[in-house]
Amino acid sequence: MWSDVFHAVFAPGFFQNGSVRQALLLGSATAILSGMVGVFAVLRGQSFAGHALGDFGATGASGAFLLGAPAIWGFLTVGLLGGTAMDVLGRRPRERDVATGITLTFILGLGALFLYFDTTHSNTTGAPMTILFGSIFLIDPALVPITLSLAILTLMLLFVLYRPLLLSSLSPDLARARGVPVRVVSILFMSALAMTVEQAAILIGALLSTALLIGPAATAIRLVKRPGQAMTVAALVGLLATWLGILCAYDSYNWPPLHRGWPVSFFVAALLLLFYLAASAGATSISRVRIRRNPYRHFPQTWKKVASPRERGDA
Amino acid sequence: MKQLMRKIAPLSSTERTVEDTTRDAVLEVRGVSVRFGARDVLRNVNFVVREGEFMGFIGPNGAGKTTLLRVILGLLTPTSGSVHIDGLPARHGNSFVGYVPQKIQLEPDTPMRARDLVSLGLDGHRFGVPLPSKRRRLKVDAALAAVHAQSFADAPVGRLSGGEQQRLLIAQTLLTKPKLLLLDEPLSNLDIRSAHEVVNLVAEIAKEQHVAVMLVAHDMNPLLSVMDRIVYLADGKALMGPVDQVVQSSVLSQLYGYPVEVLRVKGRILVVSGPGTEASAPEEEPLSYVE
Repeated sequence: MWSDVFHAVFAPGFFQNGSVRQALLLGSATAILSGMVGVFAVLRGQSFAGHALGDFGATGASGAFLLGAPAIWGFLTVGLLGGTAMDVLGRRPRERDVATGITLTFILGLGALFLYFDTTHSNTTGAPMTILFGSIFLIDPALVPITLSLAILTLMLLFVLYRPLLLSSLSPDLARARGVPVRVVSILFMSALAMTVEQAAILIGALLSTALLIGPAATAIRLVKRPGQAMTVAALVGLLATWLGILCAYDSYNWPPLHRGWPVSFFVAALLLLFYLAASAGATSISRVRIRRNPYRHFPQTWKKVASPRERGDA
Repeated sequence: MKQLMRKIAPLSSTERTVEDTTRDAVLEVRGVSVRFGARDVLRNVNFVVREGEFMGFIGPNGAGKTTLLRVILGLLTPTSGSVHIDGLPARHGNSFVGYVPQKIQLEPDTPMRARDLVSLGLDGHRFGVPLPSKRRRLKVDAALAAVHAQSFADAPVGRLSGGEQQRLLIAQTLLTKPKLLLLDEPLSNLDIRSAHEVVNLVAEIAKEQHVAVMLVAHDMNPLLSVMDRIVYLADGKALMGPVDQVVQSSVLSQLYGYPVEVLRVKGRILVVSGPGTEASAPEEEPLSYVE
């Protein structure tokens, strides 16, 4: 009986399949990295920039297809260049969205051109699908060590930047006065963000790479209130969504309508939305309980109950 | 004009009796001028802030307060003149200067407790991840206690009030062991009660920890009971001295370059534009500075 349940959940061959194992390994590394970097992207209000970086990668990858080079280098090159451009153009927070938008539209236009050439002039007909929706089961094994080392390097960069990044995210003025090289920190973080998003883009596609960046981070900050904890929870949420997504995608090979399997990126994105909604509902009910127990818990000095007009008898 | 000169002249002598010159000068601003293109933002600004002194830095919007602050922080090089902090030229990243920004951008969901924000004062400028230790915790606790923030030490910062966040910013600055505490408009976003708390707290810190305080504000009234001296900035020019000497209709009219009137109402001071502003514009003559 238990083995029936087991086989229903894990379709036969799940643990033996080499490309599943490779997908789990790469997916885990990317999920951990995306979750941790994502907390800072959310804290700094750079979700839009994160999304733009995914689209930049798509342009790079379609250019790489055109040249016959591995997509990963296209993703990384254009991602890093676009990230730097956004950072240089958007010096002030208010300019940032405009800078992102302008850089994004130009690079997307270029991407449309490359994809057009990819599909009409060369024989890479699957290119748009691979670039936009990922290829987690089809990664060239030779790229696995490269992707893993890039993930580790990016994570190390994030840990090195940790404190000055927190300080300059809270107040660039304060950080500058304390001697933090705010510009350098900002550009380095943008590079880390680009590396993270592009690695996710290879696995679950350029369109949904932001899901793995923002989803776990947004879920984590609803649940915990410390930067280190938020990074850990975000990494775990990302891991869970990735593993479950890969499992569902593997199982879906027997599903209608085509019996060819559903894309991993759909499952990952759907699961992340589910987690976020659950965390939001949970956080709201937790804070309701806390307020019922002690309404002035976080506001001991400043908050006093103010009588409503009806209670005062004015009405 | 001569009358005016005579009125300002005694200022420097009175100022000398009020200013305790035996104390070390922490901040010395000497002849600082800043010009952006054709516009003079600061013109020959001079003043000294000494150890343990509470200096109110008052001026209307657009007077050049922020520019002078940036010069003191070493973020802007003046066109001429010099700024010395504890005897050394101003530079950014000077640990003798504790800077408290006007406000910080915090979403309600910011994953950070009050304690985490304060601990950035210890080593927020260093690269790498902090390692928790008992010594660290004790230092952070002491800073939280200095601003009376123990009761909300573990609350998420994004959900605290403006006054509470301001106190945390002061606490994190105290951990850098500053000789000069520089507060940029700390009262502008606060309600009257929180503003009062922050002012008293800063005065307490100045006295107990012998820190020189320079508090920037556009309204001097909340500071009247605590400040030792005032730097009044208008139109890029500055005067320093005791409040009663500097804040006078004649003195300020000269500083602003048009007639203003100082009204004292129930212990509060109002600076309003004077009668006949258009009729009698004052002569364009250089002002004698307090030096």
